Amino acid sequence: MSMPALEPVAPGASLGRQRGVRRLVAPFRDANGVSKAVVWVGAFITTAFVVLAIFAPVFAPYEFDSFRTDDGVRFAKQEAPSAQHPFGTNVMQTDVLSRVIFGSRTAIQVVALALVVSLVVGLPLGLISGYRGGPVDRGLVLVMDALIAFPSLLFAIVIAFLLSDTFGRGVVTAALAISIVYIPQYFRVVRNHVISVREEPFVEAARAIGAPPRTVIRRYVFQNVVQNVPVIATLNAADAILTLAALGFLGYGIQPTEAAEWGYDIKRAISDAGAGIWWTGLYPGLAIVLLVTGLTLLGEGLNDVLNPVIRRRKTVPVAFPRRPEIGEGNEGAP
Amino acid sequence: MNGPVLSVRDLRVWFGTPGAPVRAVDGVTFDLVAGETLGLVGESGCGKSTLGRSLMGLLPEGAACDGEILYDGANVVDLATRELRSIRGPDVAMIFQEPMTRLDPLMTIEDHFLETLRTHESDLSKAEMRRRSLDALGGMGIPPTRFGQYPHEFSGGMRQRIMIALALVLRPRIVIADEPTTALDVLVEAQILSILSDLRRNFDTALLLITHNLGIVAEACDRVAVMYAGEIVESGPSADVFRSPAHPYTRELLASIISLRTESLRSIPGAPPDLREPPPGCRFHPRCPAAMQVCPSLSPVPVQVGTGTVRCWLHGPEAMIPAGGTAPLEHRTLEVADEA
Amino acid sequence: MAGRSHSLRRYLLTRIALAIPMLLILLTLVFLLMRVAPGDPISAALGGRLPQEELDRRRAEAGYDRPLIGQYLEYLGDVATFDFGTTIVDNRPVTDVIVQNGAATLELTMVAMVIAVVTGVGIGTLAGRYRDTGLDVGGRLFGIVIYAAPVFYLGFLAQLVFGKWLGWLPTSGRASPVVTFELDTKTNLFLVDSVITGNWEAFVDVVEHLVMPATVLGLVIGGVFIRLVRVNLIQTLKGDYVEAARARGVGERAVVFRHAFKNALVPIVTVVGLQFALLLSGAVLTEQTFNWPGIGSELVRYLDNRDYIAVQGIITFAGLVVVFVSVLIDFVNAWIDPRVRF
Repeated sequence: MSMPALEPVAPGASLGRQRGVRRLVAPFRDANGVSKAVVWVGAFITTAFVVLAIFAPVFAPYEFDSFRTDDGVRFAKQEAPSAQHPFGTNVMQTDVLSRVIFGSRTAIQVVALALVVSLVVGLPLGLISGYRGGPVDRGLVLVMDALIAFPSLLFAIVIAFLLSDTFGRGVVTAALAISIVYIPQYFRVVRNHVISVREEPFVEAARAIGAPPRTVIRRYVFQNVVQNVPVIATLNAADAILTLAALGFLGYGIQPTEAAEWGYDIKRAISDAGAGIWWTGLYPGLAIVLLVTGLTLLGEGLNDVLNPVIRRRKTVPVAFPRRPEIGEGNEGAP
Repeated sequence: MNGPVLSVRDLRVWFGTPGAPVRAVDGVTFDLVAGETLGLVGESGCGKSTLGRSLMGLLPEGAACDGEILYDGANVVDLATRELRSIRGPDVAMIFQEPMTRLDPLMTIEDHFLETLRTHESDLSKAEMRRRSLDALGGMGIPPTRFGQYPHEFSGGMRQRIMIALALVLRPRIVIADEPTTALDVLVEAQILSILSDLRRNFDTALLLITHNLGIVAEACDRVAVMYAGEIVESGPSADVFRSPAHPYTRELLASIISLRTESLRSIPGAPPDLREPPPGCRFHPRCPAAMQVCPSLSPVPVQVGTGTVRCWLHGPEAMIPAGGTAPLEHRTLEVADEA
Repeated sequence: MAGRSHSLRRYLLTRIALAIPMLLILLTLVFLLMRVAPGDPISAALGGRLPQEELDRRRAEAGYDRPLIGQYLEYLGDVATFDFGTTIVDNRPVTDVIVQNGAATLELTMVAMVIAVVTGVGIGTLAGRYRDTGLDVGGRLFGIVIYAAPVFYLGFLAQLVFGKWLGWLPTSGRASPVVTFELDTKTNLFLVDSVITGNWEAFVDVVEHLVMPATVLGLVIGGVFIRLVRVNLIQTLKGDYVEAARARGVGERAVVFRHAFKNALVPIVTVVGLQFALLLSGAVLTEQTFNWPGIGSELVRYLDNRDYIAVQGIITFAGLVVVFVSVLIDFVNAWIDPRVRF
């Protein structure tokens, strides 16, 4: 997963004296058209899934685990897509479309929870560790680096396994497992950013006029770091969805009776492939691809727009006006 | 050799932005003669670097050129990329400002030289290439034992000397030096300047020396061109220009130089103009102590004054100044410049 | 150049020394993680299936009744001698598991990595060189979408299309049963073995089985590379030395490949190393999807059986490999870039 390069920005500087909302919007105006389009597409897809997740019961024709109609007629097993079941049914005689829709609810729930936990733990840890430095910082860095180097999925599997003994296999367990895996990444990105900001002249100046550490962190460092959180969080969320699906695929994710999960459905679908049954796996997988792509586009697009290092100003072709005759005044821009 | 080696006629280099274009170079005319050093001097942001780069077509994306850069019978402005590449190096060479980052960190000095020579003189044997490279380096005081070393093993001053040797190994007719000593300390600066001044004596190279440091110009340049806000406001033999500057800006520049005799600091009030919307008429008029009524309304034209040329209504031509135009201009209080 | 290899050697030694703290931390973490679960692994795996005295005996044998510190030191000592324990459920030394199944995983991941590097670096370079053209946008989109597709989903689609519908390729295992039985396994790397023994049919069979899993895994990792290669190439193309080279009339292709690409390679090599962890994770998933008898499948099997000793052994081994690769990557970096050496 690529962590974007983060650049410190002096508060209030480089974006002129624009305040508040205009400061947020300014980079968008200057940005390249492609970056803006990417952000819009990503935002649209992500929002669509969030809406789907929130209003799942409204959109889904059945429950995620219903295997018969209201009259008690059981659904067919592994029936191809039809009018009653636009995405077909799977081997458990449940409706694939409903499972896909409810699966989005599961995914959004787990990832949102995991995101919050990771941020709440990782952000302050990174901030303080980076700002304070010293042996505590060095120790933390050593531990976090080791964790980052380790394959995240293996780590998540082990944690999920251990947590499931105590907490059972629900949304919370999955979210906790995923958040533990990603805390070191947030920590490292935040800490590195804090360190580069800490060395900037404007922070030194603040300290020189006697600002206490807490103020310096809050006002200068935090603001700078927070500007970059949306990008990191979005790209992390994309990764988290993949991790969740992987956990589900291996069978260490969410209990199938508790919620629908895309990875789990694909696991069941693998054996269907041999029989030529394609609908049980195709649709859940498409959902994953779509949501992760949307989140990634959003994150990368935001990065392109907000990150001054890679950002490209719009260039406009120049039309040279007719040269002024000798003695004429200099007109302004044509 | 009769005639100049390079002729620039009414060159404009503008950068396209979503708002108005930035007029970095706005109507510049000058000649470069073989064996002569022309100093191009001006404040930061006046367009001199852009001008230097445009002479070899080395402009960033979004820049557009208009006018003539006449070299060897062709107009550089119109040349295709491939033709530009063939003149870059053997005809026109560039020495950049910041030597620390101008060499590829993964290639040895030898690799750099071989690459340059292979690009332009591929028929040379490897031994011959090596000999020429060591010659060029030797002329800069770099011993042959260091030929196989990497850039990070050299100091800033040595890297700049390597860059100069790299530029000279192809024996170009024109060398453009863009602030070659700005990033170096004074002692190294003296060395580099003496190397550069040897150029005109030994090889008949035309040197365009771009700098904001008037001292360098006085010491190393035959002629000087003073640039302000994209235009050349005064030019002439450097000794004459420094002795009796004709343009108020040149005068102010000279007056603000700090020397051992300086008793009080003097600076030019205000700041260089925004090149997207330069002031009407003479671009210097908002900061000029001798501004007249005509200055904001008409752009001054080049006028011969002594051995040099000036663009300033103080020197006429009187026929073109309307009645009452010579009356002094009331300056509104200048605000302290807004940092962009 | 004597100076060059001397500084390189010094760098390697220093880097290995630095790796030891990281290794210790990983090992400690694994150790602690495996003891978070209440009770002991023996009871967890076999509780209820064996009489209590037998459980107690085995527990004492494995050392689980000793104080934690004692267990920790014994664990470290074992790792130093490459003793990763013995599995509970089938009494196999974990080292055997690693050697036998590890080769399968190695084969899969190496071929996948080659595919990843070729596609990722290839497309990424084109995208960076021709920035903002259709090639760039297409390449980036491809990279994003392919990474968004879980490796097991791509595996599912591949099995559906190439296995079932087109019938071109087999969908599970490393080789067909006949070949597996007949092949003289010296290295346990089937590709290598079939070549050394001159068994052409076996080679073709092994390749057929390898194509889908390796390509699926390779493409997903390649997708990550595309983005990273592109960004690094663009950054280096803006470099001062690139402009200076252009000012000397060096052609664009030489500028891109001799200057920009080589310099971009430095961070890319680091990135390839970082993706190694991703490769391991992906291998576990790929092995499950294609019934590939590698370490990943074994890990899953032992986890399902709650064989924590086996799991600990395998994860420990994974940790060792990770540290080793990280040292290797830094070494390659130092070899390419003379500035990195201390």
